[in-house]
Amino acid sequence: MIELTHLTKRFGDNVVLNDICTTFPEQETTVILGPSGSGKSTLLRSLNLLEHPEEGQYQIDDLQVNFAEPISSQTTFAVRQKTEMVFQGFNLFPHMTVLKNLIEGPVHVLKKPKADAMAEASTLLKHVGLADKADAYPSQLSGGQAQRVAIARSLAMHPHYILLDEPTSALDPELELEVLKVLLTIHEQQQSMVIVTHNMSFAKRVANKILFIENGDVQYDGSAAGFFASENPRIKRFIDSMSFTI
Amino acid sequence: MWKIITDAIPQLLVAGLKFTLPMAIISFVIGMVIALAVALTRISTKRGAFNLLRWLASAYVWLFRSTPLLVQLFIVYFGLPHLIIPGVFPEGIKLDPFMAGIITFSLNTGAYCAETVRASLLSVPQGQWEAAYAIGMRRGMVLRRIIIPQALRTALPPLSNSFIGLVKDTSLAVSITIVEMFEVSQQIAATNYQPLLMYTLVALLYAVFCTVLSWLQSWLERKFSAYTSVEGGMIS
Ligand SMILES: Nc1ncnc2c1ncn2[C@@H]1O[C@H](COP(=O)(O)OP(=O)(O)OP(=O)(O)O)[C@@H](O)[C@H]1O
Ligand SMILES: [Mg+2]
Repeated sequence: MIELTHLTKRFGDNVVLNDICTTFPEQETTVILGPSGSGKSTLLRSLNLLEHPEEGQYQIDDLQVNFAEPISSQTTFAVRQKTEMVFQGFNLFPHMTVLKNLIEGPVHVLKKPKADAMAEASTLLKHVGLADKADAYPSQLSGGQAQRVAIARSLAMHPHYILLDEPTSALDPELELEVLKVLLTIHEQQQSMVIVTHNMSFAKRVANKILFIENGDVQYDGSAAGFFASENPRIKRFIDSMSFTI
Repeated sequence: MWKIITDAIPQLLVAGLKFTLPMAIISFVIGMVIALAVALTRISTKRGAFNLLRWLASAYVWLFRSTPLLVQLFIVYFGLPHLIIPGVFPEGIKLDPFMAGIITFSLNTGAYCAETVRASLLSVPQGQWEAAYAIGMRRGMVLRRIIIPQALRTALPPLSNSFIGLVKDTSLAVSITIVEMFEVSQQIAATNYQPLLMYTLVALLYAVFCTVLSWLQSWLERKFSAYTSVEGGMIS
């Protein structure tokens, strides 16, 4: 379980996250929604300590982070072992083959035996439908394939939580679909996930919980069903505006 | 005339292989170590003592890039013996010519390459750092396994240029009494009275050395670009 209490993040005078209190339940998928610039990425990146909010408490399983104090490198390392990040732009390592991308973390960070890591990487590649791409370089992949590799790379680390920041925003609809299908199967295996997305129908399909933020404030924090049936004019306007664009 | 040439070539080659190339290679290796250290210092964002280190690194790069190499050689070889610090260097710093050459060439090439290395490190997208940090790597490992290998590809052509430049610049060592290739050509010219022939010959030998080195560069570039797209273009 992840719990955030009174999380505040500023960039200069700009308050990007304002006193956020929320939870991300285990074995469930939480979807973060909100207009552009509302602070979704900043919130997600804070969970992996790629951003450091100025205030607030962050509890992940048995680990406690107080953002008001300097964060030790052991804590950072421990938090990053529990979380994995999937980026909008994939961020695969271009100088390594797909297989090497997958075993990089397990072998060099988790110190797993190389043979075990390779065997597991092959299984994961099969799961995301890319068994034949093990020896390809990232530049030889389509966007959809690259993102599926990035998802497999994060799974290879056995994180407790996978954090995905608009994983399909850079993709054409067709390619988006193949990535969403993979995410759906991961969701069905009850992997804990936090996903930032603009795809409403996908959010509706996978979200156990929805967090809607606007200008750094939490506007909705609850069940997906409740969100999509909401009478709140702001939420309705947001859903309408997003639905038109799809 | 043919005989003059065939007599001269072995002597020139020996000087080239004994002094010119070793001096260039040793200086370049040391220079690269300096360049990497300086570049890493300059891109670090740590505070405290690092502020001073960053300032020193910038000052070093500025100093060696804005003064002539020949003057630097003179200062190190002819000047330092007069640097008398009681207790530390009571008799000044006296270096043998080869050492003085290595020190000067290393520092000079280090300053130029530091800028190349710094630019190439910065050219690796921020997302690579983030992805590496996200899988739990620490800074040193990120640099070693993710950033430097990618930066090297960008840096290779300009670094090879610096190295080829260095091979030619070693001819300046003639001024501090090192018997490298150019000095030998002068000596031969002085005895056989064929300066045009001798200097053309030594120029050709430098050209041969540099050509072989650029072949090596293209070979390395091909090796490092294995991961660019199948057509051999750059990843955008
Ligand atoms: N490194 C930064 N420096 C300064 N301001 C930043 C930085 N990163 C984000 N911001 C600002 O913080 C606010 C929230 O940004 P964030 O990227 O979290 O929004 P978002 O909800 O993810 O938007 P989008 O849907 O467009 O991705 C924006 O106003 C943005 O300009
Ligand atoms: Mg964002």
